[in-house]
Amino acid sequence: MWDALSAALRLVLRLDGDVLAIAGLSLRVSLLAVACGTLVGVPLGALLAISRMPGRGVLVAVLNGLMGLPAVVVGLVVYLLLSRSGPLGAAGLLFTPTAMVIAQTILVTPLIAALTRQVVEDADRELGEQLRSMRLGRWRRARALAFDARFSLAVVLLAAFGRAVSEVGAVLVVGGNVAGHTRTMTTAISLETQKGDLPLALALGLVLIGIVLAVNAAASLLRHHAMRVYG
Amino acid sequence: MDVLRRRVLILAACAAALLAAPAAAEGDRSITVASTTSTEQSGLFGHLLPRFTARTGIAVKVVALGTGQALDVGRRGDADVVFVHDRAAEESFVREGFATGRQDVMYNDFVVIGPRDDPARARGADVLEALRRIAAARAPFVSRGDRSGTHGAELRSWAEAGLDLAAIRGEWYREIGQGMGPALNTASATNAYLLADRGTWLSFKNRGELAILVEGDRRLFNPYGVMLVNPARHPHVKARDGQAFVDWLVSPEGQGAVSEYRIGGEQLFFPSAGAAGRS
Repeated sequence: MWDALSAALRLVLRLDGDVLAIAGLSLRVSLLAVACGTLVGVPLGALLAISRMPGRGVLVAVLNGLMGLPAVVVGLVVYLLLSRSGPLGAAGLLFTPTAMVIAQTILVTPLIAALTRQVVEDADRELGEQLRSMRLGRWRRARALAFDARFSLAVVLLAAFGRAVSEVGAVLVVGGNVAGHTRTMTTAISLETQKGDLPLALALGLVLIGIVLAVNAAASLLRHHAMRVYG
Repeated sequence: MDVLRRRVLILAACAAALLAAPAAAEGDRSITVASTTSTEQSGLFGHLLPRFTARTGIAVKVVALGTGQALDVGRRGDADVVFVHDRAAEESFVREGFATGRQDVMYNDFVVIGPRDDPARARGADVLEALRRIAAARAPFVSRGDRSGTHGAELRSWAEAGLDLAAIRGEWYREIGQGMGPALNTASATNAYLLADRGTWLSFKNRGELAILVEGDRRLFNPYGVMLVNPARHPHVKARDGQAFVDWLVSPEGQGAVSEYRIGGEQLFFPSAGAAGRS
């Protein structure tokens, strides 16, 4: 364990080029997936929160259930879609970073939508009456509530990022763990474990945890700043 | 203000994400090779590919899987070249028309690995005798169970030893459905026997109490073949660059690079191109 810790420190301090590239790819893929998931998931969740339609309960239950989508199944489905023999094969996206972004987007969108639904629904309980009395349309109300709940939504996005950056099943299947091209932190950790280089695997794991902590710390600083400025 | 400001922020974030996105910075020329965990995890590709790329300017993306999976990737047209080690499976791949031909590249050998103190007394030079003893002692044995070339060799050896795996298997026979590394990790953690390729064993670090018990049996010969995926079957296959890789591997330069690769002074792979090579 101490070996791993000192190896991790050395990896970071030496600014090992390979490790930096791998960490950079992990960050880019997962942040992009969360960005895409946000564009779809937040409006979807917010609208669902304030809509009153038959079958809504079922929809909410399904969405909540999809938070537990197994990463490897998502990977397999995306693999079959993007494979040259699959329906989207002509695009030639399999074993590229783009394929990994697609898979992770599918993975995090339900998570973002489901949590947004809950957060906005809570905000609606406090402010809904007021907004309805202002005769705002559904879309405007959803937007106002989402904005009101923006700090909670920030935590939702952090959770989604955590899910994306830590999963290995989907990126391994659709990315192929190609050295220098689609190797991410998690697939590299899995590879080093397979090679029996457990200290290096653990060291990479510690680097990954460090990255996740750094992203969360940055988000938290941003949030404090925003709270001071906008109250 | 807020809505506008928020829009700008979101747009900026998206733009940044897109810009930072993998700018698909691969040079114009690259091929995808489906290969096996043994060639990747033994470090052979790390040794060969920079030489090939320096010579030809073609980048090689390796997807390392079990032989069975690698052949499936080739069948689906998701790789340009398949480089694996299961002669029988490769020949049927060619027969089915997924490749136009197969060429020998190199060989290494399998070894029987087990606990140093060898409770089943499997040590020796005869793999079949070793398997019979392991089965008789019902000593823990880890099987890849993943349709890999190594798995295929293991199943053939049980059959040749006159043992009907379906009849004798029990709790001692552990099929893990994973690559060579995980199989070695499992064996190391449970002091079990297993069949491994020498290359992965030499580069494996978490050996614990394990050691080589059987080696040098001619049945443990492990040939690797390379095939260009048939462009007639999958028109997008990069036939020219893929063929360049195949040609380089069997050229004197490629063969020299194969024989140069060593771990701790030990040669892992022995070039064999041209020796009864084509089918």
